[in-house]
Amino acid sequence: MILAQSSSSRIASHAVLMTGAIIMVFPFVWMILASLTPQSEIFNGDLLPTPTLHGAIDNYGTALSAIPLLRFMANGIVVCVAILVLQIAIAIPCGYALAKLSFPGRPILLVAVLLGLLVPVQIPTIPIYIALAKSGLLDSYAALVLPWIVSVFAIFLFRQFFVTFPDEVLDAARLDGFSELSIAWRIMLPAAWPAVASFSIFSIVAHWNDLYWPMVVITNPDMMTPSLGIAYFRQAGEGTGNVGALMAGGVLVTAPLVALFLLMQKHFIRGLVLGRH
Amino acid sequence: MAALDLHIDDIGKRYGAIDVLRGICLNVAAGEFVTLLGPSGCGKSTLLRIIAGLERADQGHVRAGGRELDAVAPKDRDLAFVFQSYALYPHLSVYDNIAAPLVMRELSSLERLPVIGGLLPGAVLRKRSIRERVGQTSALLKLDALLERRPSALSGGQRQRVALGRAMVRKPKIFLMDEPLANLDAALRIHTRGEIARLHKEMQTTTIFVTHDQAEAAALSDRVAVIFGGELRQVAAPADLYREPVDLDVARFLAQPFLNEVAVAAPMGGALMIGGSRIIIRDALGSGQAGTLAFRPEHATLVDKDQPGALAVCVTRIEHAGMDAHVFVNAEVGAEFVARISAERARPLRDGDNLGLNIDPENAWFFPSSGSRRPGDHSGAA
Repeated sequence: MILAQSSSSRIASHAVLMTGAIIMVFPFVWMILASLTPQSEIFNGDLLPTPTLHGAIDNYGTALSAIPLLRFMANGIVVCVAILVLQIAIAIPCGYALAKLSFPGRPILLVAVLLGLLVPVQIPTIPIYIALAKSGLLDSYAALVLPWIVSVFAIFLFRQFFVTFPDEVLDAARLDGFSELSIAWRIMLPAAWPAVASFSIFSIVAHWNDLYWPMVVITNPDMMTPSLGIAYFRQAGEGTGNVGALMAGGVLVTAPLVALFLLMQKHFIRGLVLGRH
Repeated sequence: MAALDLHIDDIGKRYGAIDVLRGICLNVAAGEFVTLLGPSGCGKSTLLRIIAGLERADQGHVRAGGRELDAVAPKDRDLAFVFQSYALYPHLSVYDNIAAPLVMRELSSLERLPVIGGLLPGAVLRKRSIRERVGQTSALLKLDALLERRPSALSGGQRQRVALGRAMVRKPKIFLMDEPLANLDAALRIHTRGEIARLHKEMQTTTIFVTHDQAEAAALSDRVAVIFGGELRQVAAPADLYREPVDLDVARFLAQPFLNEVAVAAPMGGALMIGGSRIIIRDALGSGQAGTLAFRPEHATLVDKDQPGALAVCVTRIEHAGMDAHVFVNAEVGAEFVARISAERARPLRDGDNLGLNIDPENAWFFPSSGSRRPGDHSGAA
């Protein structure tokens, strides 16, 4: 009886989860199908468009030729990698210092990091924009990268990870001739690998998909990231009405992220679970 | 091999309102093996960390080989530390763990890089020399088969050997060991204890070894320094410490599991009074204070109850422990004592038997209530 009850409740909870999953996945399924369907047949009244080979070739051909999609994606890769590398380069030593070194002002700095987590990006937008404009950096990779290189989220995540690391290992390292920076890079970074992996996913997804910040600092199509590029061409009229081509662009832009997530899923989840210690 | 002498001069350390260490002075000769012995929380590990430079003393100085160490960074003190938790680098192989102190000291940060480092001419030679020395160390500790493994894939004893290897590989002048055997099981602890003694004999490196286990201290050390509540109470060779503890704390700590104690009035005419019995002991001379009579179970003998001079006692419990037995007795005056006698002699005894207890006059101690048996004699008989 108890077994039956628990299995029926399990069926119920799975049904709820399935419904949620279908609602989440549906737009993506529709995007993929629409990207494979000729323009004229996408809105024929059916719930899901019906793909054809001809439609697929047409849409992906238009997406790749009418919009400089590869250029956008190259920009996206440069920007995301630069942001991620600099974020880690800054957050690892900061997290290490906040977790393991004692110095005056450490509690205040930690509070500042926590407060930093609470400030949405929209608030400092104007001062940062003005600073970039005055230094002549608008429409450059620097404008896309520099505002993001200090990630309080990464500092906090790594700090939480480092706090549980045994102090005796650090003492051993100091006696073995490690400097504090080499402890951070050669001992803490490898130990924090799961946290670094999950943070990398967060960071790459956030900045690859980011529309807001590129829209603020970029007007030159050559410097556009994928999201901004697609939005720009839709508005500029080149993709107007050609939903199939737009969806093809969307698929091409999303695919690398999905692939990355699937590749790193295990590390991603482990990092989040361990980080909660 | 060169070893350094070590001088600890009036070291003091406070944590908030608590004095963790008070005026510790200790001189260790080059090549000597000295154990810091004391109950947990007595400050012995803090002292070791101060010697290593991992912690700063509030007062006093540490000198090694005539060099003042107080302002010297831990890595430049030419000493190695073995931690209780082994403190191996979790993501490095056994080889890399042992090589780490050499790599960090002898290669520049450029030479440490994986690919570029291999192209620099000097680095190749230095890396070869590092490989040789790691090889010698791992052979000495029988770690050759494990060099590729990560610490997480090793047993406790193997990790312990890797930790020793990492400490030994750069041939430090002084070894500091913080309860390195505490996390091993009993059989392995005794085995590793022997290994440490053997390595010390071979390398003759000055060694400071922290432990709370008196058997370990006695087995390994040239001298034992007993620390209680942040104070150095006695420094002596293990045999002298056993015979001549300076105060009741030291005697109790070294007499585990049992020490017989009974409160007595000031000695008179070379004898102490327990109830109506006059007990003559060597220690009872020249002290005008009340205090405590203490003796080890092995320095008490059980005799016929009518024997003159013996304390009348009654057997309450007998614990057999292999060759010997501990016989628990009640004295008529109300005190409880333990005598350790051979199992053979304990066999006819039964609970409730009335016997006499004789105390060995040479090996019983009288501790005046003011503290030490011989005030000021902190260097012991060494």
